[in-house]
Amino acid sequence: MNMDLAAERLRHPEVFRGKGWLRWLLLSAVVAYLGYLMWLFDFSRVFTDLPRVWVILRLMLDWNGIAEWDHVELWRSMLETVAMAYLGTMLAVVFAVPLGFLGARNVIPERVFHFITRRMFDGLRGLDQLIWALVFVRAMGLGPIAGIMAIAVAETGILAKLFAEAVENIDRRQVEGITSVGAGFIARLRFAVLPQVLPVMISQTLYSIESNSREATILGLVGAGGIGLRLSERIQINAWDQVAYVIVLILISVTLIDTTSRYLRLRLIGVIRT
Amino acid sequence: MTALDPTGDPAYRLFQQRFGALRRSRQTESALTVAAVILLFVVAAVWTDFSPEKMVNGIPRIGEYFGKLFSIEPKRGADPIAVLALPHLFGGVKEPQSIAYWFYRIGTYATLLWQTIEMAILATAIGFGAAFALSFPATRTFVGSRVIVFATRRLLEVMRTIPQVVLAFILVWPFGIGPLAGILAIAIHTTGALGKLFCELNENADLRPVDGIRSVGGSWLAQIRFAVVPQVLPGFLSYALLRFEINVRSSTIIGFVGAGGIGQELKRVIGFNIYEEVSAIVILILLIVAAIDLISEQIRHRFIGAAA
Repeated sequence: MNMDLAAERLRHPEVFRGKGWLRWLLLSAVVAYLGYLMWLFDFSRVFTDLPRVWVILRLMLDWNGIAEWDHVELWRSMLETVAMAYLGTMLAVVFAVPLGFLGARNVIPERVFHFITRRMFDGLRGLDQLIWALVFVRAMGLGPIAGIMAIAVAETGILAKLFAEAVENIDRRQVEGITSVGAGFIARLRFAVLPQVLPVMISQTLYSIESNSREATILGLVGAGGIGLRLSERIQINAWDQVAYVIVLILISVTLIDTTSRYLRLRLIGVIRT
Repeated sequence: MTALDPTGDPAYRLFQQRFGALRRSRQTESALTVAAVILLFVVAAVWTDFSPEKMVNGIPRIGEYFGKLFSIEPKRGADPIAVLALPHLFGGVKEPQSIAYWFYRIGTYATLLWQTIEMAILATAIGFGAAFALSFPATRTFVGSRVIVFATRRLLEVMRTIPQVVLAFILVWPFGIGPLAGILAIAIHTTGALGKLFCELNENADLRPVDGIRSVGGSWLAQIRFAVVPQVLPGFLSYALLRFEINVRSSTIIGFVGAGGIGQELKRVIGFNIYEEVSAIVILILLIVAAIDLISEQIRHRFIGAAA
């Protein structure tokens, strides 16, 4: 088949037309802006300093001194990190359950109150855990307790919001059913609300423990205990082999916690039955 | 109305028996779970040397610290006063208790905040580009070779699992203290996170356009360019915008390890106990993060929500 391209182009000009100059202008403006940013942030150094990256990587992969490293200290700190995440999240749950009920629109149908509680949750959530940790280290001294408090405070904001949404999304009909047979406030909460929100709360909590164990690994960088402290010491003395070891340790622990938590969550929603 | 007495019915008794057994097993399960949760809590508390007492003892100190954040000492040795007071609220820079006095370094903060946002923009753009390129070889439906898919997926996984603050801390050594290390760290993390999401979008893409392009002799690149990209691009952009919000947050803290932006300044003022500046910077961070969230939400709703 021999198609006459020129004739086709004449017959259907809209198919062959370019995407329009405006789009190209926009695209080149974006590219120019990104180029400007790269110039601003001295991006050429990525290439000039690349040899230094190779030096670090080579040192990281050389594990000849593994026998002399302080394994007990590192493993202790890793477990401490996980314990911090667990404690912080559990404390947050203790605060977030009542706050979640208070912040739910269908529990307290007062617009002003709802607005205030929600903004409070936003405030707790808006600051990163690391900022909280830095503040708590200043206020309470170095150590895991500052990290636990930082996790608890930041996580309270997150969980309270999610719990409030879970309470808001319950099926009203179950509450009405229980009410229609004469149940009081406590009985309504226990038999109509709790069965609906509990699975959401538990799976959310598990997820929080999971993500907080990730987050807790860096809290030590500002002095709030756990593996991060060991990591920052080793980065500062350029012990790159041990840095790599600690990172591997973190990756393994995080993966383990992820897998356990995913298994528990699946069991919770009934996919896996034992 | 005759009252039926079902207790004699064997079927009813069987029901009672099984219901009772199920109920008991559920109750034991719940009790065991609660016990395990509490036991873990105690073990963790012992391990980290944590006690409720310590926490309660710490609360006054935290209160004191937060009090200091919102008070100033206009003269050396004088009693601290609240950072703001109504009669002085709109006074000049030299007048204590005015907004201008509290935020007297607003020029520096604004420069650093803008730098923080620019860091987030560049890191998101680089991460988007890299994730875009890597997502196609990581998609099972487009690539025959299992080795390539496996290798790219593991690469993306490592990129997103290493905490970005740790990465920034390491990169500060070769690239020096400053924004460059932070940008690279965020970009690497973004690549991993977006790559995974893009991959999922690719897997859900309709394969018939791909077959169409292949049937007229299009190369692999042509198949991707003309059959897949038009389908997935709106989703990609939507995820990238969401990621931009997250990256703005990250770039405010990445400076704690010396990787540029407002975080570096925040770390400095916390370290030197310049209390009123700590609260000023924190308030600005909260405002800027909220503003970026709002803007990005608007963009997603208006431009991409319609297309996707």
